[in-house]
Amino acid sequence: MKAYLALLEKELKIVFSSPIAYVFIGLFLTIAGFFFYNIMAWFDRISMQSMAYAQMYRMPPQPINVNMMALRPFFHNLTIIALFLLPGFTMRLFAEEKRQGTLELLETSPITNWQLTLAKFTAAWILWGITLALTGILVGMLFFFGNPEVGQILSGYLGMFLVGGAFIAIGMWFSTMTENQIVAFISALGANLVLLSLGWLSNFAGETLGKLFANIDPIAHFDDFAKGVIDTKHIVFYASFIFMGIFLSFMSVESARWRGSR
Amino acid sequence: MIRVENLTRYYGNFPAIENVTFDVEKGEILGFLGPNGAGKSTTMRILTCYMPATSGKATVAGFDVFEESMEVRKRIGYLPEHPPLYPDLDVETYLDFVAKIKGVPPRDRKKAIDEVIDRVGLQDVRKRTIRKLSKGFRQRVGLAQALVHDPEVLILDEPTVGLDPKQIIEVRELIKSLAGKHTVILSTHILPEVSMTCQRVVIIDKGRVVAEDTPENLSSKVKNTERILVEVEGPKDEIQQKLNSVPGVKSVSIEHANGTARFVVDSELDKDIRKDLAQAVVSQGWGLLELRPLDVSLEEVFLRLTTKE
Ligand SMILES: Nc1ncnc2c1ncn2[C@@H]1O[C@H](COP(=O)(O)OP(=O)(O)OP(=O)(O)O)[C@@H](O)[C@H]1O
Ligand SMILES: [Mg+2]
Repeated sequence: MKAYLALLEKELKIVFSSPIAYVFIGLFLTIAGFFFYNIMAWFDRISMQSMAYAQMYRMPPQPINVNMMALRPFFHNLTIIALFLLPGFTMRLFAEEKRQGTLELLETSPITNWQLTLAKFTAAWILWGITLALTGILVGMLFFFGNPEVGQILSGYLGMFLVGGAFIAIGMWFSTMTENQIVAFISALGANLVLLSLGWLSNFAGETLGKLFANIDPIAHFDDFAKGVIDTKHIVFYASFIFMGIFLSFMSVESARWRGSR
Repeated sequence: MIRVENLTRYYGNFPAIENVTFDVEKGEILGFLGPNGAGKSTTMRILTCYMPATSGKATVAGFDVFEESMEVRKRIGYLPEHPPLYPDLDVETYLDFVAKIKGVPPRDRKKAIDEVIDRVGLQDVRKRTIRKLSKGFRQRVGLAQALVHDPEVLILDEPTVGLDPKQIIEVRELIKSLAGKHTVILSTHILPEVSMTCQRVVIIDKGRVVAEDTPENLSSKVKNTERILVEVEGPKDEIQQKLNSVPGVKSVSIEHANGTARFVVDSELDKDIRKDLAQAVVSQGWGLLELRPLDVSLEEVFLRLTTKE
C-alpha cells in the first residue's frame, strides 16, 4: 500500500508539474465547448420553432426537454472525445518509463508490478475525473435553458467516468508493449475504434454475434447512464473491462521480467 | 556476499555473457573491467533482478536473484548505465520518491535524503528540476538514488562517466569510503580507475571472464611485459641463467613440472624474442619441449581498454 501511494504520488506530480495535464484538459474542454455550443444552438432553434408553432396554433408553448435534447447528446459527445483523446494521455504511461530508462529503477526496486500498474491506472483515472468535473461548468449552463434533471446528470457523469476508465485500461495495456509513444497512441486509438465499430456492426451481424458485439463496445453500455438509468449490469461490465485492461498490463510488464525482452 | 556461477545470457542467438563466475566478499569493492560490449551491463542487470539469465545462478546476500528477487531488491542500490531520472521532478522530490519505493521508513526519510545530498554534493541544486541539470549533476543524482536507502550492496555501472576530473576524484573517494560496510561492484573500461578504487578486479571480454586478480598483480602483468612459457629438458639453473642473458628478457621464474622444468619469461612488449629464446636453448643442446605466449587474451583486452585518462 505504501509503495502504491508513493507511485501514485509520483505519477500525479509528474503529470501536474509538466504541461501534459494542462494540454490534455485544455484540449478536451475546447473540443467539448465546441460541441456544447453546437448542441445549444440547435436546441435554441428547435425551442424557437416550438414557440412559433405554439403561437400559430394558439396553444401554450410546449417546453422542449433539455434532458433528452441537450444533455444526452452532449454526454455522448464527451465519450467520443474521450475515445480519441485518452489514448493521447495513456500512451506515455509505460512507454515513457522504458524510453527514459526509469523502468530499470522501478523494476529493480522492492515493489510489485501490481502496485505499479494500479498506481498508473489510478493516476490517469484521477486526471480523467478532474477533466470531467471541469465540464460541469458547461452542464451548469443548461440550468439557464431549462430544468435539467440532477439525477440524470449524476448518472451520466458516473457513466462517463467508467467509460474513461475503460479507455484508460486499454491505452495503458498498449503502452506496456512499446517504448514508442506514437505506436502506443495509434494502436490504442485503433483498438478503441474497433470496439466502437463492433457496437455499430452489431446492428447488422446475426443475432448471437450481434449481441456479443454490442456487449463489448464500451460506449454501447453508456447509453443507459446518459438516459439517467444506473443498471448494475453495466457497472459490472465496466468493472470487468477495467480489470481486464489492468490485468493485461500487469501480465505484459511481468512477462517482460521473465523473458528479459527489454 | 555476491556469488555468480556460470552465468550465461543470450540475446537471440548471440551470447552476451557466457559462463561468468566470480564471488564478491562482504565489504569488498570489486572492479568489473572490460572494453565496450564485453557484457558488463548485462551481468549487472541480471544481478539487480532487471533481467533473467539464460542459465547459471547468481545470489546476493544468499538470495537467488530470480527466485527471491524481492529480498535481493531490498538490499541493493543500483546505478544503471543511464541514470534513471524523471526530468520533470526536482532533485529532492525525486530522491524522496526513490526513498519511499526502496522502503525507507517515514521517520528516517528526511535524514537519509539530506545525508545523501551532502555526500554526493548536490546541496546547490536540491530544489532544481532535473531537466535543467548538467550531465555531471545528473550522474550524481543517479548515484544519490543508488545510495539513499543505505543498501548493503551497491551495483554501479560506470559511475564516473560524464563527470569532470575533479568530480571523478570525489566520486572515487566516495566509493572507497563505502568499503567495509558496503559491498560494491563497479564497472568501468578505464584501467587506472580500478587500481585506484578496487581491491579486486574481474576482467571480462566478449562475454567471458579472462582474469581475476588484485589491481597490483594485474598491472605488473601488463606493464610493458609479455609472458612466454618455455619448457626445457636440462639443468635448471644453467637454463635459467642462459634465458636471462637473452636480450629483452626482464625476468625468468621457474615452475617445476615432472622431470622437466617450465620457465615463465617476462619480456619487454613489442619485441618478439621467441626465436632468440629457442636458439639459446637449442645451441646448448637442451631439449626444447614447449614455447608459447601466455595470457594472450589478457593482452588483447588491455589493448582495447582505456589505459589513460
Ligand atoms: N537488448 C539487447 N539486445 C541485443 N543485444 C544486446 C542487448 N543489450 C546488449 N546487447 C549486446 O550484448 C553485448 C554485451 O552488452 P553490454 O551492454 O552488457 O556490454 P558492456 O560491457 O556494458 O559495454 P559498454 O562498455 O559499451 O557499456 C554487446 O555485444 C551488445 O551489443
Ligand atoms: Mg555497459
